[in-house]
Amino acid sequence: MHKLNATCLSAAFLAFLTQPALAKVTLIDAGEGAEQRLQEALILAEPGDEIVLGAGRFDLSDGLSLDVDSVTLRGAGMDASVLDFTGQQGAGEGLLVTSDFVTLRDFALENPKGDGVKSKGADAIVYHRIRVTWTNGPDAGNGAYGIYPVESTGVLIDGAKVSGASDTGIYVGQSRAITVRNSIAEANVAGIEIENSRDALVEGNIATRNTGGILVFDLPNLPVMGGGNVILRNNLVVANDEPNFAPPGNIVAGVRRGTGILVMANDGVLVEGNILSDNPTAHVMVVAYTQSFDDERYNPYPRNVVVGENMFGRGGDDPQLDGKEQLLAAFGGALPPVMWDGLAQGDTGLTAVPGVAGWSLNLPAVGKGLGGAQPAPMAVPAPTYAFADTSVGAPAELEARLNK
Amino acid sequence: MIGKRIIGGWVLGLALTAAAAAMATGKDTPMPVSDAAVMDGGLVRNLSEFGFFADARGQVPNADVTPYRLNTPLYSDGADKLRFLYLPRGTAAAANGEGLLSLPVGAALIKTFAFGEGDQRRLIETRVLLHRADGWTALPYRWNEQQTEAELAVAGARIAVTTPQGQEISYRIPNKNQCKECHGLNGKVVPIGPKARNLSREWLGGMVTAGKLDAMPDHAAEMPLWEARADASAEAAARAYLDVNCAHCHRPGATASNSGLDLRWEQDDPQALGIGKRPVAAGRGAGGLLFDIVPGKPEESILLHRMNDLDPGVAMPELGKSTIDRDGVSAVERWIEGL
Repeated sequence: MHKLNATCLSAAFLAFLTQPALAKVTLIDAGEGAEQRLQEALILAEPGDEIVLGAGRFDLSDGLSLDVDSVTLRGAGMDASVLDFTGQQGAGEGLLVTSDFVTLRDFALENPKGDGVKSKGADAIVYHRIRVTWTNGPDAGNGAYGIYPVESTGVLIDGAKVSGASDTGIYVGQSRAITVRNSIAEANVAGIEIENSRDALVEGNIATRNTGGILVFDLPNLPVMGGGNVILRNNLVVANDEPNFAPPGNIVAGVRRGTGILVMANDGVLVEGNILSDNPTAHVMVVAYTQSFDDERYNPYPRNVVVGENMFGRGGDDPQLDGKEQLLAAFGGALPPVMWDGLAQGDTGLTAVPGVAGWSLNLPAVGKGLGGAQPAPMAVPAPTYAFADTSVGAPAELEARLNK
Repeated sequence: MIGKRIIGGWVLGLALTAAAAAMATGKDTPMPVSDAAVMDGGLVRNLSEFGFFADARGQVPNADVTPYRLNTPLYSDGADKLRFLYLPRGTAAAANGEGLLSLPVGAALIKTFAFGEGDQRRLIETRVLLHRADGWTALPYRWNEQQTEAELAVAGARIAVTTPQGQEISYRIPNKNQCKECHGLNGKVVPIGPKARNLSREWLGGMVTAGKLDAMPDHAAEMPLWEARADASAEAAARAYLDVNCAHCHRPGATASNSGLDLRWEQDDPQALGIGKRPVAAGRGAGGLLFDIVPGKPEESILLHRMNDLDPGVAMPELGKSTIDRDGVSAVERWIEGL
C-alpha cells in the first residue's frame, strides 16, 4: 500500500505484534464454489486473519486478489493445494496482493495466463514454499513472471519453486530490503532477477535449465532506479542452457543462452561462494546497459561489481556469441568464467579476487552494440569495495513469520 | 451538439420522471436517500437500502441524485452506463481546476451497467462509490433476474451477455478489490470519472445554478465528446480515450505505476506517454514489438497490440474487458499514424 521506510516498517510491525490476538481462521476446501468462497474470504478478511486452503485443486476463472494487511494465506503444501488457472478468463495475474504484512505459504499456482503472484506496493511480504508452474514447460505463450513483488520494502522469498516463466521465475522489481533464498528456478528465461532494487540478498538458491540463471539489472525510464547493494552468495547456478524463449521486445529476450549470473548496470554487486557449472556462454557476465536510452537520471555503467571466490566448473564452451569459433580457438576451447564488456567509469566497474580468469570485449562505448569489440583477457584490480552483510536482506521480522 | 442535446433531454426527462414518480407515491416527499447507508452501512447488502432511485428498474433517480455523463467515457464491453451523483442536501461539490470535482463526505457516485434497448434493457450491475468519513468505499451490486433488486457481489461474478454488436460474452462484474485496482491512487480509493475537463459546461453550469457546485471550473469540457470525435483532432480524441480508459492505472501512484507509462491527459513527456518507450514487465504482452508507441506505425506499437487482444496476460485493460473496443482502437490508430 503506502511506502514504508525500514524504520517505519519495524515500528509498524511491533504495533501489529502488540495488538490483541483475535485472529480468525477460515478454511476453504476445494470443490464446488471454491473460487467464490476463496475470493470472498480474501476480501472479508480482517488484519491478523488466516485463510487456509484445503488439499486439492481449485479451478479458477479469474484472478484472485488480497488487499487486507496482515493476512496469511496458507495451503496444505506446494504439491497439495493447487490454484489452477488453466481456465483463466480475466485479470493480469493469478493472485494480486496490494496490502502490507502478508504471508503466502504452502500452495501452488499452475498455468496463470499472465503473472503468477504479483505483490505491488505490498511491504513486508513473505513468500514461503510457494510453487508457480507452467506445466507445458518453456513456451513463449506462458506468463511473464512467476513470483513478482514490485515497489515494495521488505520482501522474503524462501523455499519457492518456479518453472516455465517466459520472462523471469522469481522477479523482484523496484523494491528494497529483499531476501531470495533456498528457492529453485528451473526452465524459465531468467531464473531469478533483481531489477532496479537495492539491499538484496540472493542466497542458497538453485538456478538451472534457465536461459540465464540469476540476473541483476538496473534499467532506465522507471519510477525507481539506482539499483545496487546486492549480494549473490552460495547459489548453485548450473546448466542454464535453455534456448531463449522470451517474446521479443522484452529486455530478457536479449539474454544469451548459457548465462550463469548476469549483472547489468547497478552499483555494488558481490558474487561470492557460488557454484557455477555447465553454463555454456559465461558463468558470470558483467555489462553496461546495452541499449540506447534517454534518461539523464540513469547511470548505465556497472559500478563496484566484485567477483569473489566462486567454484567455476565447465562452462564457456558453447557460447551464444558471434565469432564463437574464433573465440573458442583463441581461448583454447572454452571461454574463461567471467565475461566483461570492458565498459566502466574509471576502474571502479569490475574487480575480482586474484586467480579469477576472465575476458573482456573492450567495447569502446555504451549502447553501441558489439561492433567495436576487441576481445582480450580481462585485467581488473583486486577488490577494495566492502559489502556489509547487515545492509542487505529482508527485515528479521519477516524471518520470524516462517516458524509460525 | 446533437449528442449534447440528446443528453440534455435525457437528463431533463429523468428529472420529470422523478417528479412524476414522487407524485405517484401519493406522498409529498418520497423516502430520501439513506445517509446512514451511505455513511455507516458497512457492506450494505442490497442496493435498494441506499434509496438512490425513485424507480430502480427505470433508473429514475431520487431527489438529490443527479444524472451526468462524461464527454469521453470508459469502454465497458459496449454496456450502456447510467451515471449519477448523490450530494446530501445542503452540501455542494467544489471545482478543482480541470480535475476531479471535490465531493463532500456523504456524497456517492452511482453507475449502472445495462445491455439492450427499450423494454429489452437488462440491468446487469450497479457500482457505487461512497464517500465515508474514512475515505471512499467501492461496492459492486449485481441485479437479479427479475430486475427488482441488486445484491452486493463482493467476489464479483461472470454473466452471459449479448453485446450491442451481437457478441455473446462472459461479462465480468469486478470484485471489491478489483474496484480498487482501477480506483486506487496512493493506496486510497478515489473517484475517476467526474473531472471538469470531461464534463459538459451545460451540466456544470446547471450544478452551479442549483447550488450543488461552488463555481464553474476552469477548463471545463476540454475532452472531446466521444460521438463527435471525428470533429476533434486525432490527438485530442486519442489522448482523451487513453486518459479515460488507461490512465487510472497507468500513472504515478496507481496500479501500473511500475510500468513507467503515464497516459494522463496532462502528461506531455513523449517517453512517459510511451513514444519510443521500451516495455518493462510486459512479458508476452509485448507481442514481439519493441516500443509502446512507434510514431507513424500503429502496427508496431505495443499499446495498440494489447488493445487489440483479448487473451488475459496480453489484453489491456486487464479488467472489465471481454471485447475489443474497435472505436477506441481506431481513434488511437489515427493518432499514432499521424505522429
